[in-house]
Amino acid sequence: MNRGIIISIISFLVYLFYQVLILQNVVLFHTAFCFLYVAYLLSLPVETNSLTLMGIGFVMGFLVDMFYESIGLHAFSCVLIMYVRNYWLASVTPQGGYDSNSNPSLVLGGLQWFLIYATPLVFLHHAFLFYLEAGGFDMFWFTLWKVITSTIFTTVVILIAQFLFPGRRR
Amino acid sequence: MERLFLFIYQRRAFFTFLALELFCFWLIVQHNQYQGSKFFNSSNAVVASLNNFSQSVRDYFLLRDVNTSLAEENATLRQQLEYYNQRLQVLDTLSQSDSALVSRFDFVSAKVVNNQVYRFKNFITINKGEDAGIKPGMAVISPLGAVGKVKIVSDHYSVVTSILNIDIMVSASLKRTGHFGTIKWEGNDPGIINLMYIPPHVNPVIGDTVITSGYNAIFPEGIMIGTVSDIQKNPEALFYDLEVKLSQDFGKLWYLTVVKSELKHEQDSLEQIILDKEP
Repeated sequence: MNRGIIISIISFLVYLFYQVLILQNVVLFHTAFCFLYVAYLLSLPVETNSLTLMGIGFVMGFLVDMFYESIGLHAFSCVLIMYVRNYWLASVTPQGGYDSNSNPSLVLGGLQWFLIYATPLVFLHHAFLFYLEAGGFDMFWFTLWKVITSTIFTTVVILIAQFLFPGRRR
Repeated sequence: MERLFLFIYQRRAFFTFLALELFCFWLIVQHNQYQGSKFFNSSNAVVASLNNFSQSVRDYFLLRDVNTSLAEENATLRQQLEYYNQRLQVLDTLSQSDSALVSRFDFVSAKVVNNQVYRFKNFITINKGEDAGIKPGMAVISPLGAVGKVKIVSDHYSVVTSILNIDIMVSASLKRTGHFGTIKWEGNDPGIINLMYIPPHVNPVIGDTVITSGYNAIFPEGIMIGTVSDIQKNPEALFYDLEVKLSQDFGKLWYLTVVKSELKHEQDSLEQIILDKEP
């Protein structure tokens, strides 16, 4: 248990610093952003209760915000997807349910299941992020384009990370 | 009462969710104000020094480009110096200028620590702060054009609101005709900014230079912004829609100059008196 928490904290920091120091400078085609740190939130253990989830999401979002100079934006989106996550996990349960103490990941339910699990949450996160940043729906289509390209980019990078480190926290 | 508490306890996840989201929303609104939050931003010492570190790693790969741009700026400055020297020969040197006018602007050079271009609200962090005499509201320019204005300062760093920010408007004018308008960024292309409120009797042409006007309280007069790249006008519209190509590539900002206007305070307070006296 203790070891799990320490590893979790370390990977929290790794995701955070990878995001703010490296991925902050990566923008594809002027529109596609990569927010890999969402992967950390998505892969927290299945039976974590939503209060803890929202707490972790808030802290993560808030720290990212300090570097992105956008206080509140990431925190808002993170808390939102963390609130939705458990309901979503319950409704996409793979055959045979979840093992106790498992993390939602590629190895747990396969590629198709993981995409169904992760993509809507990433989309939700990005949609709130970009529309809040734009301050409304004035630039609806351009913002939507940003949301879609970023969702694809982030999801692909999350998949690559999952392939590279499959059993990282088991 | 007990039931109420029980109800809240049973729905504690939902209420925590609500409270956190309201708090975040309040933070966002607060941050959009002119002044912004004092502490939680990238001028904070820990965040800024990390950014500084990451920028210093990147610097090695950019040295060649930085060198070129600095050399170019040097050349321009030398040229200007020579120009003024020549004029001094001709002018009557006895007519002294007002010393207050001469020292009207003071310049502080600063290095970019963190730069954003592709977001709707872009900010730049620079490595000079209150210790170098920088205060919120000062103008920030680059060798090639206007960049933004200082938003928040800490001891050694400050955050600059870039003009690539959908909330910022700056008074500008067409250099050739002298007509005033307002520039505002549309949020999609970091190389293009919009010039609004140019009246229909003016005939702007593609390639016209756009500079800052003396009417704004931020920038000194005559700082380059860019050149007109596209002209549109609806028959019913009252004003032109001009697209201006920025002369400064905002993706390539390395060294900036903060303009300390010594007389701005005086001008502002004078104008305030007039405004107050008007019925």
